Amino acid sequence: MRGLGGRQDGRERRWTGLDRLESRNRAPRSLLVALVLASVTLITLDVSGGGSSPIEPARRVVGEAFGPAESAAAAAVRPFTAVPAWFRSKGDLADEVRDLEASNAELRGKVELAGFDRNRLEQYDGLTSAATDLGSALVPARVVALGSRQSQSFTVTIDAGSDAGIGPDMTVVNNDGLVGRVLRVTRSTATVLLIVDPDSTVGGRVGSSMEIGFVTGSGSLKEAAGLDLRLVDDASVPSRDDTVVTWGSSTGPYAPGVPIGTITEVYSSLREASQRAVVKPLVDFSALDVVGVMVPSGSASDRAIIEADGSLR
Amino acid sequence: MSYLRWLAALAAVVVALTLQVSLFPHVAWHGIVPNLCLLVVVAAALTVEAPFALVLGFVAGITLDLAPPADHIAGRWALALTVAAFLAARVRQDQKPTALAVIGTVAASSFVATSLFALTGVVLKDPTMSVSGLLEVVLVAVVWDVLLTPFVLPPLMKLFTRLSPQWATT
Repeated sequence: MRGLGGRQDGRERRWTGLDRLESRNRAPRSLLVALVLASVTLITLDVSGGGSSPIEPARRVVGEAFGPAESAAAAAVRPFTAVPAWFRSKGDLADEVRDLEASNAELRGKVELAGFDRNRLEQYDGLTSAATDLGSALVPARVVALGSRQSQSFTVTIDAGSDAGIGPDMTVVNNDGLVGRVLRVTRSTATVLLIVDPDSTVGGRVGSSMEIGFVTGSGSLKEAAGLDLRLVDDASVPSRDDTVVTWGSSTGPYAPGVPIGTITEVYSSLREASQRAVVKPLVDFSALDVVGVMVPSGSASDRAIIEADGSLR
Repeated sequence: MSYLRWLAALAAVVVALTLQVSLFPHVAWHGIVPNLCLLVVVAAALTVEAPFALVLGFVAGITLDLAPPADHIAGRWALALTVAAFLAARVRQDQKPTALAVIGTVAASSFVATSLFALTGVVLKDPTMSVSGLLEVVLVAVVWDVLLTPFVLPPLMKLFTRLSPQWATT
């Protein structure tokens, strides 16, 4: 009896100890519930709002505050990101020169062979450019922040915003090809949706056959995983090494004729009776730095604009 | 004192977020970066009272949801970080946590927060991602967070302890 009582005492002492701990740092259930409900409310608001979500003004305000900080941090980091390039050996450089010479020779051969095609193309080109003067200029910008994979969206921030003449749905390119489109802008920054984002769909056209289709992101930064191309016409089979360009329109988010990537593999799906091709993007998304945003020619900007004819204004 | 503590906590969140989007992408592994905001929240949960940590988790989450270049549905990180803060505050002991306990808490919170974020994405079909891809993201994120713990947690915990002595663990 005594022993039992003693044991009970001991247990009770332990319980009181736990109680003391609980009271000292009581995790407030009500607060947790309130905050979780607040989060769910936010999610609901944002989901139901769609394009004109009530969260959008809040995003803009936070963006205005964080944009300059991100630009400053990126500017501070930039000198250090160049450091690995200093340590390239002579062997590396020699290899690179050899590779470049080889590809240069190959390209020259192609150009010489393509003389006839080019002449014909020039006529068409003159015709189309006379019909629809694209008249777009490029606003140069640098990438200052990248979304993390944890957040599952492939977006970047660039250091040019509405002050530089940038608005939503403008096309973003770099010297290799299509990068993405502008989602939203603040005064000094803009958020760009990359074409590798799973939510991104670009109207694409196969270079050789002019067949149109849709290019969606695969949600991976790996170059080989690339993008998915589905052609509208099920009967046409895209060929490997063919270039895919945007078909776009001057009113839509993507300007026409911007190169997206090259076809690396073609699968035919029996179940869906359609052709699926893997497109390797021309842009290296893991090393994005300088990009250009296509703005209407002659638009006002706080920085030098590269005009369509190559002049700087 | 309370104002000062809030100011310090918010400044820590801002600095963490800026580093997370501007510095760490340069050293990221397949685009996965350490979640510094989560580390700030866990540091608060391990040193100061739970309500503060919970609200800080919510605020840090909202900031992650809204600051550019975020484009996912707002509120998802807020939910994930609030729950992570709650869990971290639950496991907190009365005495000063050992190094191992801190690392364990960070790993568990990181796992829970990233998984919860991924799960809300699956439920909302925000982006459609493969399960293996999600698993890779979650595990690499845990490794990143644990790797950075020795450099981030001790100074932050010292800061929070100094700013709120009445809650400090001895």
